[in-house]
Amino acid sequence: MSAIPAPLGQRPRGDKVRGTIFYVLLLISVAVGFIVLFTLIVDVVQKGIGYVDPLFFTEPNNPTNPQEAGAKPAILGTIYLMVLLLMFVVPIGVGTAIYLEEYADRERWYNRLLELNIQNLAAVPSIVYGILGLAFLVRGLGLGRVLLAGALILTLLVLPTVIVASREAIRSVPDSIRQGAYALGATQWQVVRRQVLPAAIPGIATGSILALARAIGETAPLLLVGALTYVTVDPSLLGSFTALPVQIYQWIARPQEEFRYLAAAGIMVLLAILLTMNAFAIWLRNRYQRRW
Amino acid sequence: MAAQDTTAGAQPIRLRAKGRRWGEDVVKGLLALCALVSVATTIGIIIALLEPSIEFFREVSIVDFFSGERWAPLFEPASFGVRPLLAGTFAVTFWACVVALPLGLGAAVYLSEYARPRVRNTLKPALEVLAGIPTVVFGFFALTFFTPLLQDFGIGVGIFNVLSAGLVMGVMLIPTVASISEDAMAAVPRELRDGAFGLGASKLQVATRIVIPAAVSGIVASYVLAISRAVGETMIVLIAAGGIAQLTADPREPAQTMTAFIGATGLGDVPTGSLEYKTIFAVGLSLFVITFFMNIISIRLVRKYREIYE
Repeated sequence: MSAIPAPLGQRPRGDKVRGTIFYVLLLISVAVGFIVLFTLIVDVVQKGIGYVDPLFFTEPNNPTNPQEAGAKPAILGTIYLMVLLLMFVVPIGVGTAIYLEEYADRERWYNRLLELNIQNLAAVPSIVYGILGLAFLVRGLGLGRVLLAGALILTLLVLPTVIVASREAIRSVPDSIRQGAYALGATQWQVVRRQVLPAAIPGIATGSILALARAIGETAPLLLVGALTYVTVDPSLLGSFTALPVQIYQWIARPQEEFRYLAAAGIMVLLAILLTMNAFAIWLRNRYQRRW
Repeated sequence: MAAQDTTAGAQPIRLRAKGRRWGEDVVKGLLALCALVSVATTIGIIIALLEPSIEFFREVSIVDFFSGERWAPLFEPASFGVRPLLAGTFAVTFWACVVALPLGLGAAVYLSEYARPRVRNTLKPALEVLAGIPTVVFGFFALTFFTPLLQDFGIGVGIFNVLSAGLVMGVMLIPTVASISEDAMAAVPRELRDGAFGLGASKLQVATRIVIPAAVSGIVASYVLAISRAVGETMIVLIAAGGIAQLTADPREPAQTMTAFIGATGLGDVPTGSLEYKTIFAVGLSLFVITFFMNIISIRLVRKYREIYE
């Protein structure tokens, strides 16, 4: 008499219970992030909604009267930073990506080192970039604590992100398009400029906007290049400046309760800008991305 | 012989370009120049950190720096023991890991093994939104919402404390862990799962005994990167953990991290060349070296799983 084999399709009872517990744990893991995100937004809106009024957009900061304080120089500073950043980071980032994808020989040690270097730079703490700015731009070059220094430092900070996104976009253009153009007698640059780049532009734009959104939310490096000042005038390229996240930090650091509400109002504006940028990037990707 | 004669008079068509196209070389040079910007950045960071640090260590001995237990560069008599800053950094990182490592892995397993494609395709970008929230906002949340919440639950935390900063930072890092781990799990070949299912394994067994072990290098890479981010994160600790550099294991107390010290000191008008100014760079160098090694480990591990399965 041999043991009766267990029928197929049946498992020990404990298995099912364990499986369910595991599944619930996984659901909790996913949920925690969203619960915090939701709570955070509700909390910020509750605290800040009363302070998002026209004054907030037309007045400069007022360190004595939070009721009349606004964030005009900070909001303008953030917009100026965005424009400068776009002008600096997109050409350099896309140029690097084209070099690595279309020209560089992967077998060469210096090209491999270049890739490793970019991967490491992407994970260097942002405050270290602030130190770089403090040492070279603010003190070394004697630029002072100016808008341009802030823009340059943020450029270096998000350059790796733009490079990685652009490389992915360029890589997704199929080789058959390049071969076809070569067969018609195009030179390498003609192939890149007239075939590869136009096809890669949606991906590059999406990646650049996301990188820009990240840069706009950065605070730590700007603290070191001197954005934490009391500014009432609108920013200029070589003048002192502040930016929205720095202004928010300044308000949080104040002991009075009312400035916290002002900070919450600033966060609402900042998040609105960032969410708009993110939504635009996603729309762009869905609208123009081609599957080859 | 006759066949050769017919072609003798005609010129063979040359497929090579007639002249060298200099424009092509100029373009290539310009693109390489763009690529050099990132190399210059690294060299710049190293020089910016090393030079003042060397001067700093001429005035303060390295032994005192790493063994001293009191960090008080702004007081008389000044003391430059970096251990309180390291301890603060470690404590905040620890509490961030308590949240981010298990929950990030859980989220990755859910997305990769359990979620239907449609659910996955909505949840993944939504998680990215969490990753895109500026750190100053998380700092605000930790200080004005989470710390009071902990107090309401009877955990006697101070206004500034390690626990709140660390836990909120952990939530911020969940997408980092989840995204890289999920990539690694997606690279595990389907045959491995099907084989296990064929032998009668349950979904739980496939996830924990097949997929997680097969994706382990990617998971570890995501962990190392998350730890590196936690060590380098500035704003949450600057806002929510307070500014007191002290050696304590009690997470309800305030602490100062390396990054928070750099931030707090660097935003003032520190005179260039003073010892105080140089401490920023000495601490910055320590921070850079620590994160550099973790980044390299993480990059290598990611390459490893890509090599195995792709």
